[in-house]
Amino acid sequence: MGFQMAKDEFNLLLKKLGKSNRIFAPKLYKGAGKFSDTDLVAYGEINYIDDIIFDTKTSFSAKEIVFPINQTMFYFTEEEYREPAIDERGIIIFLRACDIHAFKRLDAIFLENGPYKDNYYEKLRKKVKFFLMECAESFSSCFCVSMNTNRTEEYSVFVRKENDTVFCQVKDNDFLSVFNHYGMTCKDPVPDFVSDNTIQVKIPSDISEKLYNSSMWDEYNQRCIACGRCNISCPTCSCFTVQDIFYRDNPASGERQRVWAGCLIDGFTEMAGGHGFRQSKGDRMRFKAMHKIYDFRRRFGFDMCVGCGRCDDVCPEYISFPGIINKVYETSTEGGE
Amino acid sequence: MAVNVYAPHRAKILNINRQTEIDYTFTLEADVKPLNGQFLEVSVPRVGECPISVSDFGEGYLELTIRRVGKVTNFIHDLKVGDSLFIRGPYGKGFPLAAFLGKRLIIAAGGTGLAPVKSVINNFCRNPGDIDKLDLLAGFKTPADVLFKAELQEWSKKFNVQVTVDKGDSSWSGRVGLITNLVKELTIENTDNTRVIIVGPPLMMKFTALEFINKSIPEKNIWFSFERKMCCGIGKCGHCKIDNTYVCLEGPVINYVQAKRLID
Ligand SMILES: Cc1cc2nc3c(=O)[nH]c(=O)nc-3n(C[C@H](O)[C@H](O)[C@H](O)COP(=O)(O)OP(=O)(O)OC[C@H]3O[C@@H](n4cnc5c(N)ncnc54)[C@H](O)[C@@H]3O)c2cc1C
Ligand code: SF4
Ligand code: SF4
Ligand code: FES
Repeated sequence: MGFQMAKDEFNLLLKKLGKSNRIFAPKLYKGAGKFSDTDLVAYGEINYIDDIIFDTKTSFSAKEIVFPINQTMFYFTEEEYREPAIDERGIIIFLRACDIHAFKRLDAIFLENGPYKDNYYEKLRKKVKFFLMECAESFSSCFCVSMNTNRTEEYSVFVRKENDTVFCQVKDNDFLSVFNHYGMTCKDPVPDFVSDNTIQVKIPSDISEKLYNSSMWDEYNQRCIACGRCNISCPTCSCFTVQDIFYRDNPASGERQRVWAGCLIDGFTEMAGGHGFRQSKGDRMRFKAMHKIYDFRRRFGFDMCVGCGRCDDVCPEYISFPGIINKVYETSTEGGE
Repeated sequence: MAVNVYAPHRAKILNINRQTEIDYTFTLEADVKPLNGQFLEVSVPRVGECPISVSDFGEGYLELTIRRVGKVTNFIHDLKVGDSLFIRGPYGKGFPLAAFLGKRLIIAAGGTGLAPVKSVINNFCRNPGDIDKLDLLAGFKTPADVLFKAELQEWSKKFNVQVTVDKGDSSWSGRVGLITNLVKELTIENTDNTRVIIVGPPLMMKFTALEFINKSIPEKNIWFSFERKMCCGIGKCGHCKIDNTYVCLEGPVINYVQAKRLID
């Protein structure tokens, strides 16, 4: 069902939705950018449509809304442990097609990998509704078309802002009762999906063992500085480390927390006695690449990487992940696939 | 409300047996029914959590043999009988006991690697008719590191038990050298009828397996038990993953045919 309304009216709609939902969207954080005097576009709660940045890719993805960077799992007192309460409101997220696909990857790990569901993730995820934003054109580092994540049907509402008018396509009946009170109905606006990117990748269907020993990984031993920014910015990286803390002023009480972890960062595989695996950065890069375009697919039937290009956007060493994918393709298919 | 899979249960410490200077065996009051070779996530609230193999279990109790190496394990070693640990699990795949029935079973264990197989040995010690024969080859760093001394005595009454240390001392009259030497000396007539379990540090497992393969044991008859960093035990945290295998889910017990293909 299509709706059209003035921005002011859409703001009233947001206010109404905001009574029972937290609404997250790409938002401008002035002066918070990578370099001094630059701005950061990242996810945050919004109240008005003009708070939403429609034309810039966020440096970090929306994953932290359901998988916080640092999440308390239990509060401990002397005798007992207690789970933290969560915000009961629903969660609305404005995001692009690739980022909606990214949630499907997180769902696979947190809800389907192994016999148990991760209940911290599940509790928040169940509250989430997607409001689709379109990409008028591809950003320079994207390769969503190659990854088949440029289009999606998995959204509740599609929102397009054109000057002072907002067009919406409401697919989720839960929202119809609210939208019915605002603006007027119109022809369904159809989202424009990107249909080509400057960057393209080819993914080999099968990867032979020779790739593991290939010299292609050596270059990253020097170039990669193991800062882990590529892991942090990735909408599909889902690893975490668990740690306990006690409160300095009351050591009998404390918390168990989980914190994002990354396979490029030192210590990811470190075990007691200082045993560790993948000490070289090349091996870590190989591990990450295989996970994103091969290992995950062997478990779930689709690739983990959604081609959002954020890892390239944030890498201080200008390492290109699609470049790595294409090298993997060439190395695996040397002498015919 | 779904149960929180990360929520640990309190388990009272019934007994502490100091095996060596740094390895203590804790008997806990618990109603957990693990498979032989599975592990638990063991924690001390405010200190941390770590994976520990169930070294033995029975009606209403289970046993953990814990080496003191860091933050959590140091704290655990300071606990006393009557105190509690927090546990969740059991997790992972255990040893395929059914595959050992009627066969000759050879177990090669290095150091704390003996913990995850202890319940397997005890099981066959109680039911010796279930297998054709059992050989235990156990290796330790020094005589002071030998674990389960009383059990080794007990087992040697029924089975072929060989203990070796990397470095002997004046008190040691037993074997000195690597486990692989013990493997070399074994006579194995019917290799198809033989099953092998290898547990220990990564290099020990690799070279011990090669020694068995040298002796014509089919690869599919050999099992490893893996150790990796683990922060969840249930396939979520990603730390234990090798290729598309999650050691906490598809392991820690992994058949050699699969294990030899895993590249960290
Ligand atoms: C399936 C499985 C079964 C296991 N079964 C047993 C068992 O039956 N018995 C047993 O004793 N153990 C067992 N372990 C090992 C046990 O989990 C570890 O010994 C335990 O996690 C150590 O925790 P900790 O907090 O005491 O040590 P930590 O404080 O985490 O670390 C101990 C040591 O590791 C090194 N280290 C850790 N992190 C770093 C880092 N970032 N950089 C450099 N060095 C570092 C340091 O030398 C440190 O002293 C098992 C492990 C697995 C995966
Ligand atoms: S690997 Fe890079 S391109 Fe792929 S989903 Fe992660 S951040 Fe995006
Ligand atoms: S962002 Fe670049 S330098 Fe940092 S860990 Fe990733 S690849 Fe290495
Ligand atoms: S221990 Fe967390 S995924 Fe295996």
